[in-house]
Order: sequence, then structure tokens, then C-alpha cells
Amino acid sequence: MNDTPLLQVQNLKQYFPIRAGVLRKIVDWVKAVDGVSFEVSPGETLGVVGESGCGKSTLGMSIMRLYEPTEGKVFFQGQEISSLQSSQLKNIRRDIQMIFQDPFTSLDPRMHVGPIIEEGMKVHHLASLPEIRRRALDLLEKVGLGAEYFSRYPHEFSGGQRQRIGIARALALSPRLIVADEPVSSLDVSVRSQILNLLKDLKKEYQLTYIFISHDLAVVRQVCNRVMVMYLGKVVEIAEGEVFFSTPYHPYSVALISAVPVPDPDYEVKRIILSGDVPSPINPPEGCRFHTRCPVAQEICQQVEPVLEQKEKNHWVACHFPGSLSYKGQ
Amino acid sequence: MKENTPLLQVQDLKVYFYTEEKEELRAVDGVSFYLKEGETIALVGESGCGKSVTSLAILRLIDSDGKIQGGKIILRGRDLLSLSEKEMREIRGRDISMIFQEPSSALNPVYTVGDQIMEAIILHQKLPRPQARKAAEEALRLVGIPEARKRLDEYPHELSGGMKQRAMIAMALSCHPKVLIADEPTTSLDVTIQAQILELIAELQHRLNMGVILITHDLGVVAGMAERVVIMYAGKVVEEGSRWDIFHHSFHPYTWGLLHSIPRLDIKQEKLAIIPGAVPDPLNFPSGCRFRNRCPLADELCLTEPQWREIESQHYVYCHHYSQVEVLKTRGFER
Repeated sequence: MNDTPLLQVQNLKQYFPIRAGVLRKIVDWVKAVDGVSFEVSPGETLGVVGESGCGKSTLGMSIMRLYEPTEGKVFFQGQEISSLQSSQLKNIRRDIQMIFQDPFTSLDPRMHVGPIIEEGMKVHHLASLPEIRRRALDLLEKVGLGAEYFSRYPHEFSGGQRQRIGIARALALSPRLIVADEPVSSLDVSVRSQILNLLKDLKKEYQLTYIFISHDLAVVRQVCNRVMVMYLGKVVEIAEGEVFFSTPYHPYSVALISAVPVPDPDYEVKRIILSGDVPSPINPPEGCRFHTRCPVAQEICQQVEPVLEQKEKNHWVACHFPGSLSYKGQ
Repeated sequence: MKENTPLLQVQDLKVYFYTEEKEELRAVDGVSFYLKEGETIALVGESGCGKSVTSLAILRLIDSDGKIQGGKIILRGRDLLSLSEKEMREIRGRDISMIFQEPSSALNPVYTVGDQIMEAIILHQKLPRPQARKAAEEALRLVGIPEARKRLDEYPHELSGGMKQRAMIAMALSCHPKVLIADEPTTSLDVTIQAQILELIAELQHRLNMGVILITHDLGVVAGMAERVVIMYAGKVVEEGSRWDIFHHSFHPYTWGLLHSIPRLDIKQEKLAIIPGAVPDPLNFPSGCRFRNRCPLADELCLTEPQWREIESQHYVYCHHYSQVEVLKTRGFER
């Protein structure tokens, strides 16, 4: 990892309008991502975690410019990509590829697997047609499928195999950065580890950088160097992976970690059960957005929104009382 | 509390489905297990292992493509498979209740939450409406839904995912069943909500002394909830034991592989174990041991069906090579 970030996100906001009435007037906004800033260094895997509705998937889509960000800037290798015209975006999309959660809907059912992998290379005129063919066959091997699958349709494959196809397609353009949105969530338990190991191996082989979006903290611990926690459109904590799992500062991070069931009957943890549900991102709570569910909230939390501050080297947290909750001990 | 005769016994259950081409799909193929009063057991397996079909068969809710082709389901001495549909309706909701994975699709969107809970109460307890309404309100309170009376008149879409799951639990428990079947009750929920619901189920189970059959693929949930664990693979039970047996001393290579391939929150794992291949297609289950084409210990012997053996007290395994499972520790799952 070196110092110049591969990706820089500055105060990114992604709002979606809510329309109502005959004239479809905008009556309110869903603030899915609400002022998010972070950096990704080359070669790392950044885990983006949070529960449904926290904005983690939207964030991935906004970085890819699959949504037009409402506000904020995104730089890729120093170049601002959030203001590029769509014609200029093409090259950036080569460098940033995406792997989706659902391998059943993200592959065109009417295309053979080979052409699915070749398509991007053809669009970008990366090589001659025979060379593209050779690379597609090579990629099929690399993701553990084998060249004999070239002329099959997606429906002939299991979920895990389809996810391998999705990975081969993403790799075809030799990207620098891969945004993987819940890449193993829809897979069977015994297949998940196959895909996770594959992603790890490919990262090494192709010097990839990942943004790994997931709700599953156990998976994140195994694949990510750094973790970023989101809650209701805001970043609440960023830390190095092992630091995060041993000493999380934000009460929400602590509650999340403590709630994950561990497959060991002897594992003991002080389970912090949060009351209530995640509030609506249309009208997020005043002050700290987590205060309505926070076990250590004080009066100030209802009034003043905490800013994301560096508490220790590379450990950022947005909380008035960081470290006041722990899941360890009795 | 604990008697010798189990509350519920499933014996050699067979549920087959038939495709349009009349192919036979043996989704559940000779499954046996039991449930004692006040106990929680887990049926564990991946998609297509037959765990959900088993639970639907207990309630005789298999749809018209499928048929229960053999076996017994004995609830307190009565074989449910010999009952008429009318008698079965008495059992459902009163003696055995079920909660489902997807609360949004299990609740009827055009009836209020109260009406749906009252339906079972009126049917089974023959209460007049005002009393049934009181009982429904009580049920909502039991599952920790705030402002229970107000919620009775709301429709499912007005509740959040966690609240819907609570409402469904309230409905399932409204007639104080002896057996609760929970089919992936928290799979569609966020982890902080999952923790709430699991705590609620455990607490109610204790309070009402229910037997709970927890159906799940999540071994983390199993470790925290179940006293005994039944591992299923491709329509068969492959191992059964106490949770300590299963988690610390498993004998079946599949159980072993599952436990070592799942990412764990509490430790950093350098490399995850891998079970090669994928779950087999139920139309084409391998002959003999159904796990053999993914198993590092498999040989010619595995072309024949293994025996169901008791290895230690109350610890059963369905594998020819159970005694060699230790080898996997050093060798891993590579063949």
C-alpha cells in the first residue's frame, strides 16, 4: 500500500426524490448517502458494512456513477470522475468494475457465458477478436470453471458458478478497483468459502483493490484490511480490520459485532441488543442519527451531530462518547 | 419436564415431488428425528437438503406436486399422517405452529394484524370476538410489540420487518402450541433485529415450555440456540448429536467441512476450508452416499449406502468413514 489513494470520495451525497400527487411533485428526499468521505489505497480491501438501508449499496452505485451523485466529489487516481461527461466515463468504467449480489439476475440469460465475458473487451476494443477469445477462455480457467463452459447459458450453472462468471466478466477489463456488492450473500454456505478464497487469490494475482460491501461482519473480518461502518447514510467508524474487531469505538459498531452469532457453543459475548428498528432515511433523527437506539446516548447526542474524527492513527469515529460501550467481559 | 417418550417423532419420512415429465425428486428420503418437550433442536442444511420440506410435511402442508410417500409423524402417540384433513386443521396452530422466513409473504396484506391473529384464536379456542381481540392484544404484548392495541388495527405493510416477524410469532403462539417450527426465522432480518428475535424466541420457548424445531443454514444461530442438532444433506440426515458433539466432535465429513468453511467473526482465518463442488441436483442424487462426489474420504465403499450408526451415546452418523474424519484436520478438504 502506498500513499496516493486510488479512490477518494469527498462529501458524497445521494438523494432520491419522493414524488406524490397528480403532478408528481417532489415532496421529500430519501437521503440514502448523506455526506460520506473516505479514501481507498491501492491494494487494500475496504469493507463497507451496515444494515439494510444504511446506504452501502447506494454508495457503491454512486462511485460507479450508476447513479448521478447529488453532491460531492469522487476522484480516481487523482482524476475527478464525478463530473465527467458520460462519453469520458467509458475509460473509468474499465478501471472500476462491479460484482453483484445476485448472480441470477446480473447475467443476461440469452447470452452464452463466453460472450458475456468477451463483451466488455469488445466494447473497449482491447484486443483482436482471437486474442479476446483466448483471454475469455483463460479467465474461465482462472475462476475455476474451465474452457468447456464457454458455450453454455447462465441458467445451466449453480449460484456459485454464476458468481464465478460474474467475477470473470469483471476481471476481463483488467480493472484496478472492483466494487463487490454482497458477492457471497446469496450463495450456499459451503460455496461461500470457495468464492471468498477465489476473490483473495485473484486479488494477489492481479494486484486488485476491492471495495467489499457486506452486511456480514464475519466475512468482512476474513477478507478486509479496513472496515468502514455506515448507519443511515453516514459513516460512523473507519478502522484497520483487526483494530476494528478488537476495539471498536462506536456503540453501533460494538452492538453489530456483539449481535453476530458465532458457530461455537462455548463462545461467550456480552450481547448488546439494540431496541427498535433503523429509523427512516427520509427523516433521520436530529443530532447523532444513532441516538434513538444507542444504549449510551446522552442529551448532547440528541442535539449535536458528531463529526467523524481521527481518535487514533487511522481510526476514525463519529461519536460524542467513543469507546464507552464494550462487548467484552461479563 | 423431560419425559422419556418424545413429544414429536419423525420416523423414516419420505417426501417425493414429481416434475411435469413425471420424474421423481426425492426431496426428503428417510428422515428420522425426535423432539422432546421444552427442547430446541436445529435442522441444519443448505438449500435443497430437505429441511423446509420436512417441516412442511410435519404440518401436512406439502403442495400438490409432492407426496408424503412413507414414514410416520407421531405427536404424543398420534400419527399425524393417518389423520383426516379436518382433524389436521385442529392440530395446526393449536398443537404445532410455524413461523416462516419471509414475514411479508406469510402475512395476508388485506387483513389487519389483529384479524389474522384472532382467526386462529376464534377457530381453536372458540372465543367470542371481544375476548379473542383481548387475547390477540395479549399475544402482541407477549412478543414485545409496543402499543399493542393500536397495532391490532394496522395492516402488515405498516410494520417494519422486525415487527412483522414479531407479529407472526404472536400469531403462531396465540394458542400456546406445544411445538413451534421456526423456518429460517431471522434470515431476512438485519443482524441487530435478528438478535432481538432470537432472544424473544428463546425466552418464549422457556416461558411456554415449547419444543422448538429451528430450521436454519446458519451454524452461528444453531450454536447459540439449539440443544441438539440434526444435520441434513440432499434429503438425508447425515449426523445428529448434542450441540457440543456437533461443534466440537463431528464425525461426518460434511459437518466437518461446513464448520471449517464458514467465516467466523471471533477469529481471523488465514484460509477458509473448501468443500469442492456444489449441492447435487435432487433429480440426480449420487447413488450410495449422496455426499461422496464432494467428499475427500470417499472410495468404492461409498457407492453403497452407509449405515445409521450410534457412535457415542446419542451421537449418530451416516458415513462409512466416520472414523477417519480426524484426517481432515491435517489434510484439509483437498482430495
